[in-house]
Amino acid sequence: MLKLDNVTKVYRVGAFGGKTLTAVGDVSFDVRPGEVVSLIGESGSGKSTIGKMILGLTPVTGGSITLDGVPVAPGKEYYRHVQGVFQDPFSCYNPVFKADRVFQMIKEAYYPGVSAKDWAVRVNAAVRDVRLDPDQVLGRYPHQLSGGQLQRLLIARALLLDLKLLIADEITSMLDASTRIDVLNLLAELKERGLGVLYVTHDLSLGTYLAERTVVLRHGRVVEMGETDKVFGNPLHPYTRQLLAAVPRLHASWEEAEPVTDCPYHRGEASGGLFEAEEGHFVACARLESCPE
Amino acid sequence: MSLRVSDLKVYYKTLKGQVKALDGVSFEVGDREILGLAGESGCGKTTLGKSLIRMDGRMRHIGGTVELDGEEMPIGDDRRMNAFRFHEVSLIPQYSMSALNPTRKIGKMVAELLHSRGVALDAGKLRGRLDAVGLPHEVLDRYPIELSGGMKQRVVMVVSTLLDPSLLIADEITSALDVSTQKAVAGALAAFRDDGLVKSMIFVTHDLSLTYQIADTIMVMYAGKLAEKAPAKEIVEAPRHPYTRLLINSLPEVGVRYADRKLTGIAGSPPSLLNPPKGCRFRDRCPLAFAQCEQEPPVVEVAPNHSVACWKA
Repeated sequence: MLKLDNVTKVYRVGAFGGKTLTAVGDVSFDVRPGEVVSLIGESGSGKSTIGKMILGLTPVTGGSITLDGVPVAPGKEYYRHVQGVFQDPFSCYNPVFKADRVFQMIKEAYYPGVSAKDWAVRVNAAVRDVRLDPDQVLGRYPHQLSGGQLQRLLIARALLLDLKLLIADEITSMLDASTRIDVLNLLAELKERGLGVLYVTHDLSLGTYLAERTVVLRHGRVVEMGETDKVFGNPLHPYTRQLLAAVPRLHASWEEAEPVTDCPYHRGEASGGLFEAEEGHFVACARLESCPE
Repeated sequence: MSLRVSDLKVYYKTLKGQVKALDGVSFEVGDREILGLAGESGCGKTTLGKSLIRMDGRMRHIGGTVELDGEEMPIGDDRRMNAFRFHEVSLIPQYSMSALNPTRKIGKMVAELLHSRGVALDAGKLRGRLDAVGLPHEVLDRYPIELSGGMKQRVVMVVSTLLDPSLLIADEITSALDVSTQKAVAGALAAFRDDGLVKSMIFVTHDLSLTYQIADTIMVMYAGKLAEKAPAKEIVEAPRHPYTRLLINSLPEVGVRYADRKLTGIAGSPPSLLNPPKGCRFRDRCPLAFAQCEQEPPVVEVAPNHSVACWKA
């Protein structure tokens, strides 16, 4: 469905844009219908930039992004099928308007012909789909609702459209542990209904909970990608191992991962293709074959 | 015993009435102990941290006492607390990015801060502390904007502990950081205790798995009250309070997949503290609730160092 081919993004930085910064380099992956792909990386790894490029919020420097074979063209028709939900639900609402105004705006832009009565039925159904009670959330102002409720209303807003792909960029990082799980389970239900989800996160445990496939990014490059079981069951790249070791776990104390030394990918210098270590498991490690590991 | 809090009550004054954010909390923190404080948003964790150092204008000290190293702290008296602030008890705030002055280089800012407390800057000590958290000395000549989030957080950690406080409160300091930085910051925090820079520590977070890594004892709060307090290992392996159990069950771990085991959140939301319900405050969301829960459960020590406030524990 969604396909990224050698996508590159170069920002101009410094005074008068004299320097360049490659935020995303040569990233290729795809998202199929009914599948959650998690995009994992630390701050500055380019994961949000990829989300923004897919949503057409920032132009692509090189490579191509296609949806069902058609190049991404930001506009009404595209946003009918692709929507994004972001980290901070509070800043997505205008505090002087009621929160359900976001639904009204969808109606005005996309469904001007639908009668108010029919629209109310659709809104109620979408709100129930995200497991909220319409009586409790509609007609309220943003400050009267919790972060989890606001975040779910934004997902409901996306569901009102003829949605194929949802970009979920760190949507759970401002929610606390128990609300977080509710939102994740909701994404899993949407997936079962055939929606493709790109789940952008820095939290490995949340990423593995949902995703069929995982893409690990570092310095804008893919270091390891493939089926989640394979990537995290048998991590091959030292960076992935280091990330895994840093995740706090409940029943085990922090383990010391071997430090990542002298890996050209680690320094972000090397470029080159991904190496297929086993079926459906790709690693970007130029030295893997000669690596003592 | 380093810190002893007895029946502490701190309410917020609002137009609608008093919000009972801390309603009779008692606990102790021993010497060289790290106490992890966990719970959902709005359960009183931050209020507890704030009331030990500085109450904001809406907070009122209603009752209870706080004793630090055998001396009672006048927590309700903003002026008298000045003698304790930063010298005896210090706080690392959650948002380090907004805690640093953007127009000053770090070194100058630290000197100005110390000057404002009437202390001369000991350059050797400052450099030693930077080494302890793994920061290069060059950061003193940098502006905050030139540092990454994890570095800023560590600068704030150094600043908060320069006057060698006895008690350090770390309020959600790792929530904005990614996993490897989180690990480095938490490690530096534990080293403060191990090196004897601070005597005891309260580590506030909603992430139980992170608390488990560095805390000796974990205290779980719910709706302004203590729900359970026990050694870290016991809380995680044998929780007695239903709230703690649900909290632990809602944590995703690496390797847990939606397809294999569906995790569940805790249904409902914490009660409003404006008019908290009578009896057990967790009653409405508790799967084990029964008739007796209409009376308030006392905090009972069910095992050595393991206290629970639940009738079914």
